[in-house]
Amino acid sequence: MSSQWPLWEIFIRGQHGLNHRHVGSLHAPDAEMAIRNARDVYTRRNEGVSIWVVKSADITASSPSDKGPLFEPSNSKVYRHPTFFDIPEEVGHM
Amino acid sequence: MGALEASVDRASLFEFALRMGDNTLILGHRVSEWCGHSPVLEEDIALANTALDLIGQTQMWLGLGGEIEGKGRTADSLAYLRDAAAFRNLLLVERPNGDFGQTLMRQFLFDAWHLDMLKALERSADSRVAEIAAKAGREVAYHLERSSDLVIRLGDGTDESHRRMQAALDDLWPYTGEMFLADAVDAAMAEAGIAPDPASLKPHWQAVIGEVMGEATLTVPDSGYSHKGGKRGVHTEHLGYILADLQFLQRAYPGAKW
Amino acid sequence: MYAQMVKTDAKGVKTLEEMSPEERAFQERVDRGEKIEPKEWMPEGYRKTLVRQIGQHAHSEIVGQLPEGNWITRAPTLERKAILLAKVQDEAGHGLYLYCAAETLGVSRDELMEKLHNGSMKYSSIFNYPTLNWADIGAVGWLVDGAAIMNQVPLQRTSFGPYSRAMIRICKEESFHQRQGYDIMMKMAKGTPEQRAMAQDALNRFWYPSLMMFGPSDKDSVHSAQSIAWKIKINTNDELRQKFVDQTVPQAEYLGLTIPDDNLRWNEEKGGYDFSEPDWSEFFEVIAGNGPCNKERLGARVKAWEDGAWFREGLMAHAEKHGKRQAA
Repeated sequence: MSSQWPLWEIFIRGQHGLNHRHVGSLHAPDAEMAIRNARDVYTRRNEGVSIWVVKSADITASSPSDKGPLFEPSNSKVYRHPTFFDIPEEVGHM
Repeated sequence: MGALEASVDRASLFEFALRMGDNTLILGHRVSEWCGHSPVLEEDIALANTALDLIGQTQMWLGLGGEIEGKGRTADSLAYLRDAAAFRNLLLVERPNGDFGQTLMRQFLFDAWHLDMLKALERSADSRVAEIAAKAGREVAYHLERSSDLVIRLGDGTDESHRRMQAALDDLWPYTGEMFLADAVDAAMAEAGIAPDPASLKPHWQAVIGEVMGEATLTVPDSGYSHKGGKRGVHTEHLGYILADLQFLQRAYPGAKW
Repeated sequence: MYAQMVKTDAKGVKTLEEMSPEERAFQERVDRGEKIEPKEWMPEGYRKTLVRQIGQHAHSEIVGQLPEGNWITRAPTLERKAILLAKVQDEAGHGLYLYCAAETLGVSRDELMEKLHNGSMKYSSIFNYPTLNWADIGAVGWLVDGAAIMNQVPLQRTSFGPYSRAMIRICKEESFHQRQGYDIMMKMAKGTPEQRAMAQDALNRFWYPSLMMFGPSDKDSVHSAQSIAWKIKINTNDELRQKFVDQTVPQAEYLGLTIPDDNLRWNEEKGGYDFSEPDWSEFFEVIAGNGPCNKERLGARVKAWEDGAWFREGLMAHAEKHGKRQAA
């Protein structure tokens, strides 16, 4: 159990020029791998994003009250979007 | 569509597209076997991305193959309705997954070749080939970045990870030579400016391997022996089982739509 | 549900008058719809219950990769293979988000894994059923994900901030899952006679286990009452089950498939369907470890973990060496 990888907080700036925002966390042995894991986990490899990673242990927090992050799935995997599947109207909302 | 070069025969170009597409199909299949079984969630997700890229590339290469052949076969019918002897992938990609180290080593040895191949293909005289290569190349550059880094880290990790990575390298090494062996199809492709002479890719590949293994503190075997046969349809026993899985539904229920 | 029968340690829900000043302030914040964040004061029972619930939910996601993963190598077309792989990969992602949410409560992912592996934490009963034909992949997306969404959509409003945020992200991805399942069912139901038979067979086998996902009736449960008061549970099991049946019956009709329940009929008065209860003795057997696939599922998780130990340790050792070298 001693070999558990540290936890990292992930911040991503999307293509729309907004600030980096916190999208979640993950485990990685070091910063370089945390960045790559973030790319695979949190952007599904959407091009043109900038990623910051910070060791969770290095964050000093006030009493937090952030609003929840949203997520832009990769554009190249169209089938990840619900609208890829045509569901007949009779079936109702899905 | 790029003008189908008069100087190259359709059969050779078809063969070439199958070689590219069968490599990505079979490797993608192998990598997808890990989904849900990887050592850590982050790797499970990353490896699935690699497999997804490879499946996407398969659709492009085999789609092109069907188009060149002109007999109405699609990427799916080529993937699901050929028997082993008609498959043209390298033996390397059908090697069993083994432990995670073997899977990563196989990925690295292939990625290093794959990226150079795709870079050369971006300059192909056939614009369809060049286009696929450009899209696939962006994905594969990332595959190589990942796999080379993991090989380095695990080679230079613990004694056990070092031992496993060296064993993986020794085990897979005799399957790398096939990537650089040319036959009449390769000669025709090179002649027409569609694809590089496979042998021309070897020096840079060796340099990449040497550099990464050096950092990984692993020893490149000095054996020059190569297993071969995949490119002309003579495979290892493993491919038959891969196809039994892959093709089961299409074979059991001919003509059904899924 | 993905989290079934989560205990709260509660003996009864306290009234505001019975609470300590801290508990009371906390409950009033929850009642106002405020989010509770990790560093803020919370009753120990709230923290413990959340660890159990989020942990169980996370375990369900990663064990849930296995029944569908069973068909990745046999998917019938390249596109179906890519879609299924992307979906099962999403489940790994959902597990990851949820483990991270649990970690904000002071429990590590490794500790949670350990508890999954030694059987002291559970995962959803549904994943102990086998996927026997390709239509099962459709049925899992349509019914199992459909049932999960029933619970997860309201949980986006749960009181614990990190859990709520994880659920928001998960719900965005989950709609794709249910739709791809239904898409498979449509192809199968409108396909050859053999495909139709597979579709009906899948519905027959997955119907009652899907109803069991919501857990036994909890209208008299103090645990549920406490969880609802804390807003870590939003609806009762019976409410969600009814909603699921009402939504699913027309979908099955559209497919031309028969729900395996002779007692199923529309009840005008209650504005919903009457339906048969699942066999709860089967449910308790599955929970106790006697489902058709319990051993395989847990065995696969333990094997992945143990076989991967050298990999995790190797990377950690490299990072430590490398970090030291840089620092030197």
